[in-house]
Amino acid sequence: MAEYQNIFTQVQVKGPAHLGVPLYRDQYGRTGKPFHVYLLGLIGDAQIGPIYLGLTGVASIIFGFIAIEIIGLNMAASVDWSPAQFVKQLPWLALEPPAPENGLKIPSLNNGGWWLWAGFFMTASVLLWWARTYLRARQLGMGTHIAWAFASAIFLMLSCGLFRPVLMGTWGEAVPFGIFPHLDWTATFSIRYGNLYYNPFHMLSIAFLYGSTLLFAMHGATILAVSRFGGEREIEQSTDRGTALERAGLFWRWTMGFNASMESIHRWAWWFAVLCPITGGIGILLTGTVVDNWYLWGIKHGFVPVYPETLPVIVDPALLPGAPK
Amino acid sequence: MSYKQRILTLALAGAALAVFLVVFSYYTLQRPTVEWLQWGYRGTGLVHIVNSRDIHSQKQQALNAVPAPEENIDPAGTKASAVYQNVKVLGDLDSNEFLRFMTAITKWVAPEQGCAYCHNEADFADENVYTKIVSRRMIQLTQDLNAKWKSHVAINGQGVTCYTCHRGNPIPKNVWYTPVEPRFSKALLGNLAGQNQRAPAVGLTSLPFDPFTPFLMKSEQIRVVGPTALPTTNRMSLKQAEWTYGLMMSMSQSLGVNCTYCHNTQNFQSWGASSPQRVTAWYGIRMVRDINNNYINPLTPLYANVPGRKGPAGDIAKANCATCHQGAFKPLYGVSMLKEYPVLAGPAATVKTQ
Repeated sequence: MAEYQNIFTQVQVKGPAHLGVPLYRDQYGRTGKPFHVYLLGLIGDAQIGPIYLGLTGVASIIFGFIAIEIIGLNMAASVDWSPAQFVKQLPWLALEPPAPENGLKIPSLNNGGWWLWAGFFMTASVLLWWARTYLRARQLGMGTHIAWAFASAIFLMLSCGLFRPVLMGTWGEAVPFGIFPHLDWTATFSIRYGNLYYNPFHMLSIAFLYGSTLLFAMHGATILAVSRFGGEREIEQSTDRGTALERAGLFWRWTMGFNASMESIHRWAWWFAVLCPITGGIGILLTGTVVDNWYLWGIKHGFVPVYPETLPVIVDPALLPGAPK
Repeated sequence: MSYKQRILTLALAGAALAVFLVVFSYYTLQRPTVEWLQWGYRGTGLVHIVNSRDIHSQKQQALNAVPAPEENIDPAGTKASAVYQNVKVLGDLDSNEFLRFMTAITKWVAPEQGCAYCHNEADFADENVYTKIVSRRMIQLTQDLNAKWKSHVAINGQGVTCYTCHRGNPIPKNVWYTPVEPRFSKALLGNLAGQNQRAPAVGLTSLPFDPFTPFLMKSEQIRVVGPTALPTTNRMSLKQAEWTYGLMMSMSQSLGVNCTYCHNTQNFQSWGASSPQRVTAWYGIRMVRDINNNYINPLTPLYANVPGRKGPAGDIAKANCATCHQGAFKPLYGVSMLKEYPVLAGPAATVKTQ
């Protein structure tokens, strides 16, 4: 088997740990003594650390810890503080948002107040981590593409948990903090609002989601396929003949007539990935606020397929005279 | 790292993954053979799916085995009320048929305890045994179900008997009690809001774990999906939808069917797109409300001094879909026992209630 035909990184260079570029005077130091892990070297760089935490990083971790602590203690209390039950039922446990009749008022702690606090600290933590990705990129002289991609995910998160509940006028519409409970919320959301599959923005979001995986597969495969020519190094190849890069481009041109460039393929991937949560978030924000039943909305706009009747036709028994209550 | 060490590391990681996959598969997946019956147009997913390994298992076969009917006996020509004292519901029955029915009911409900489960064996007419009063009311219930709720129990004339629920158990295996929330959950933290527990009643989801009190005892609104494309009159919240979802999961589990047994999931609320079974289920929900409110709950005072028969909230065992269905889309897979015991088909002309 040739050296390049392998799912793992074959060559691990192990020398003195790299500590990073020199620090400016007013920066926090980097934390941790670097070490090497062979298993991680198979899928990435074997060197672990040092890490830069800084003000935003430290604050983000503290806020995130508080949020998880609030959620975890509520979960533990909900099983009467039994450690065995906590472990056994963990995927089922949750911190539930306030009841719908509360509207947007701030209820007492155990009636949804804890959910609001956990949401506040989690949001603060995520936003601080966003600031950190922005600042780290600036510090390294990079563009801020990563930060804005992350921001699109934050937009979806806040659409579900903050913007839409505010638009609907009740915290009760928000997502619970819990593993299965938030999945139940998702399924219920679709059922209550007449089948989310008929929401055009949900459709777009799915298209970008699946499109992202397709692009990722195409790009990853292309680069691995030309790694025998050093394609994964991408150094000054675009102007040379016979290079890995030219072969990669020619493959797609000859296969489907069009090829992305070494730069534009990453732009494709970035936009597909970013548009997935943006369109999804728009779909969430429209649900319940301007559309109550997506299935009927689809009927209204003529894109719901009509199937032939195969079952005996029935009527709503509640409409029959003398129907039981 | 040496070559040997590398191989060893990879082998260990692979072994850990393999163990995880085996454990995961064992506890999560079902062995074939899966059979299905399609009744909707292709692509709509209107399919009834069963695992034949499951329904043909010894446990299921034993649960749904129909006991042989008691042998027919010649009528005595006298009414039970003329021969026995305190026969308030079955008094018009022929006295020999009455004995035949009492023999059957003993096998159905109290095969181990025998007559003494409901009767004072020194005086069978004694009215001080609470189980006798309860079973009298339950006989009335069975008669009323067969007469009043044909829309649910007798679509094809099957009807119900004591055995539909009891299956040889004095208390049917599938009953529900009002649950009590954990001690601390109403204090400073840990409010469950009625959900988020590993709840077998709702198919091991984290949906509201007691959908029975609001929907099978009270008559809270089950329908949550709006009637118009744009928001107009429908004010049902997501949380209310979760309660409905919980009820639907309990029904699905009780009947051993999935959503598409009744609904076209393209559009859950549409009656035009649903299967006829949904109408049967609709009547079933109203029937169970009738059972719990008019037959079971009024018996609660009889249990005042009976230990071990009440739930944590002090209520007695109540009925839901699983009480009769016990995992089958039709109880006993549609075999009718009622035709062997016509006395249960409806109340006698002159029913004397207690």
